[in-house]
Amino acid sequence: MESSASVLCKSSVSVQCIRKANMKKSLLFPDFTVTRDPDKCIQCEVCVRQCAFDAHSFDKEANKIETDNSKCVSCLRCATMCPTGAITVSEHQQNIKKNKNWTEKQLKELYKQSETGGILLTGMGTDKDYKIIWDHILLDAAQVTNPSIDPLREPMELRTYLGAKPDRIEFRVQSSEFRGQNKKLRTTNYELQTKLPPQLKLETPILFSAMSYGAISLNTMRALARAADECGIFYNTGEGGLPKELYKYGKNTIVQVASGRFGVDSDYLDVAAAVEIKVGQGAKPGIGGHLPGEKVTEEISQTRMIPTGTDALSPAPHHDIYSIEDLSQLIYSIKEATGYKKPLSVKVAAVHNIAAIASGIVRAGADIVAIDGLRGGTGAAPTRIRDNVGIPIELAISAVDSRLREEGIRNRASIIAAGGFRNSADVVKAIALGADAVYIGTAALVAMGCHLCQKCYTGKCNWGIATQDPYLVKRLNPEIAARRLVNLIKAWSHEIKEIMGGMGINAVESLRGNRLRLRGFDLHENELKILDIKPAGESM
Amino acid sequence: MGCSIAGIIDEKGNRFSGEKIICAIKKMYLRANGLGGGFAGYGIYPENSDDFCFHIIYNDEKSRENTESYLKHDFEIVKEEPIPTRTVKAIVNRPLLFRYFLRVKDEIKKQFYEMTEEDIVMRSVMKINGAQAGAFVISSGKNMGIFKGVGYAADIGKFYKLEEYSGYCWIAHDRFPTNTPGWWGGAHPFGLLNFSIVHNGEISSYGINKRYLEEFGYRLTLHTDSEAILYLFDLLLRKHKLPMSLAHKVLCPPLWSEIEKMPEDERKFYETLRIIYGSALINGPSAIIVSDGKMMFGFTDRLKLRPLVAARNGSKFYLASEECAIQEICPLKKGDVFFPKVGEPAIGKLRNTEQTRNKGTRNGHGKFRFSSV
Repeated sequence: MESSASVLCKSSVSVQCIRKANMKKSLLFPDFTVTRDPDKCIQCEVCVRQCAFDAHSFDKEANKIETDNSKCVSCLRCATMCPTGAITVSEHQQNIKKNKNWTEKQLKELYKQSETGGILLTGMGTDKDYKIIWDHILLDAAQVTNPSIDPLREPMELRTYLGAKPDRIEFRVQSSEFRGQNKKLRTTNYELQTKLPPQLKLETPILFSAMSYGAISLNTMRALARAADECGIFYNTGEGGLPKELYKYGKNTIVQVASGRFGVDSDYLDVAAAVEIKVGQGAKPGIGGHLPGEKVTEEISQTRMIPTGTDALSPAPHHDIYSIEDLSQLIYSIKEATGYKKPLSVKVAAVHNIAAIASGIVRAGADIVAIDGLRGGTGAAPTRIRDNVGIPIELAISAVDSRLREEGIRNRASIIAAGGFRNSADVVKAIALGADAVYIGTAALVAMGCHLCQKCYTGKCNWGIATQDPYLVKRLNPEIAARRLVNLIKAWSHEIKEIMGGMGINAVESLRGNRLRLRGFDLHENELKILDIKPAGESM
Repeated sequence: MGCSIAGIIDEKGNRFSGEKIICAIKKMYLRANGLGGGFAGYGIYPENSDDFCFHIIYNDEKSRENTESYLKHDFEIVKEEPIPTRTVKAIVNRPLLFRYFLRVKDEIKKQFYEMTEEDIVMRSVMKINGAQAGAFVISSGKNMGIFKGVGYAADIGKFYKLEEYSGYCWIAHDRFPTNTPGWWGGAHPFGLLNFSIVHNGEISSYGINKRYLEEFGYRLTLHTDSEAILYLFDLLLRKHKLPMSLAHKVLCPPLWSEIEKMPEDERKFYETLRIIYGSALINGPSAIIVSDGKMMFGFTDRLKLRPLVAARNGSKFYLASEECAIQEICPLKKGDVFFPKVGEPAIGKLRNTEQTRNKGTRNGHGKFRFSSV
């Protein structure tokens, strides 16, 4: 999840916009109800200070705290911080007539748009009730004929290398004989001829997904960088450039080159471990980004290399990539600029023709293809795009891995899957379907405190994550956030080892693409066919 | 699966009757359940040692006719005959069993000028076995043959009259199938060209091994995971020109933590090897004997979850799941028997060929050094 915070206020909808729109009376009613237990509330005003949306206020005349339900986004910051646990946030109960077609959500969106004339905006990945294929895939375990392995007793290897691999190893053999004490000894010398293309070495097959400075705060970025360094993995700058103070984490950094080219210069490319060309993201395939000028502070202006206060526009396409051969030129321009010393990744959204697109990207020279699925997150996206464009990552991984193998080019690039990975089982399933590693964005943000209120685009993140407001930014302690991220990666790695051990597998390369250890449950025949897995109950 | 495996090679190339290997495998009958047994013998067809010998099992006459007309298209058939068998009460439902001594036709070599003779043979084997036409080529090497079927190995050996053959290397397998059905084509050994393997174990990485091999044109049609190991050896040894010792390091690579402790050049070599061939790693419990006619190579998985013992006595080198099998056919002295360590293969080699003169340490390891450019 990444990129620019919000689309222009003029063309978008927010509560603020509605208020500005000079309508007599809004037809909207609140999403949430905030209840305050008067017996517990000590009038300390923590909630007032914590809410950047101004849902709570202190009424001096009445000498009590008031709450405006219509402003509540259910980020639960006040409920969490309240020292006496006096606050509860619940869904607003309004007796709108039940209708499966015209739901409350649909009605509210219509009210909003009719009051403002704007595009609906949102943040994070889609919350729509699509079938989650991960939950219909079951994992295998060893029984009797094949002993399961206890990861606490036996080695269990998760190390993963991302980058292009040659078809085969090349070496020269030289044999020499020499006389030992009383017999001839023969020594064979293998001289390695293969020069391995540049690789990213991961201690566990998980990376932090692209989230840009601008969309997220500097403290959030600091936490991601520190955690990546400690875990032996990578974080991704997104398209907002790289603050100078984070250059020291360069060996754990993937820098992005996106359509806006923000913050791209030779230092930026040089300091990184890998470069990623961002073509698209799962939350908004085919859509550009827009960071409003008011968010372009002095620091962001420095990092993005644009004047303070100007809008940061990411065009929908790269205007130097109108075709696959253009992509190839950009790939090789960057490779030339970085001396062929870093893997080059291309990130695309999982769209209908993803297998052919991925094949083209590999043939164009990418070392890594990052694919972001339907559920990919974002700092800001038009709701209609987020909720309706793209395909689920499960199907995309399978289609791409199968296609690259059919063409005999699977070894020429690694696959990173992204888009809504919730837990270690999702990761294991993705790898078994054919991914080399996964990007996690939302899960990492939740680990740091995000409560998925989906208001990232407002810049008012009460958790100090998706905001540039200095008052809010300092709420996120990068030390603590980094510790929480490290714990998350450790916990997932332990779980992956446990699952692999159960399968009788002790190296992640034996899990990768091993679809025979997956079974589909309650999946349509066509889904099974595309996933290339057998239905549950069918044996080898 | 369960299973027992055994192998004997005479390093001087002296040939001996198949009776010995039958005795050895018979001793371990408790490890099998009668759903598959088989043997591979090397040096058994000296009169036709330059021709590819196909052993084929047919479901019926029709499949034989179809397959033979296909063979005639690509090969000159030097000799064809039923594989001699005798009546053994325990062996029932036998398929048709034929062998053919073949030479690749010149015009076919011209047509597929980018392929070696071996590639052409492999293509034919894959085509026949993948056609689902009731015909399976169970061996396709030179001066070697595979004899297998459903039954205890000892009965299968008797059925094929193996005591009448003599060879310098024999490997055998007695099966206790669990994952896959007991059928004639699914018994071990599995063979392609001169390679044959027997395997006691289950491959938990089979799904990816199979998909990796398919990228190189192999078709895995025998409903058993063990087949994958055979093709991996063919790929690594014949196509990628790795020596056996390095192919072994592909299938059972050292741990990353071990690789990190190696001297610079060696570390780089093993790192590169493992990064390139990750999909060829054989995971899961395994004891494997593989032969290419020049050597007999035994190894276990990275955790040694299946047994393997080795012994050297005179010019003979033995491998078996259990020591009793070797004791049965060879009076062993103390010190003859040894147990290959995790990650260390046990190797017996023909001494008269150029590449295999290297004897090295007791278990056949030569000394390696690594360098890089």
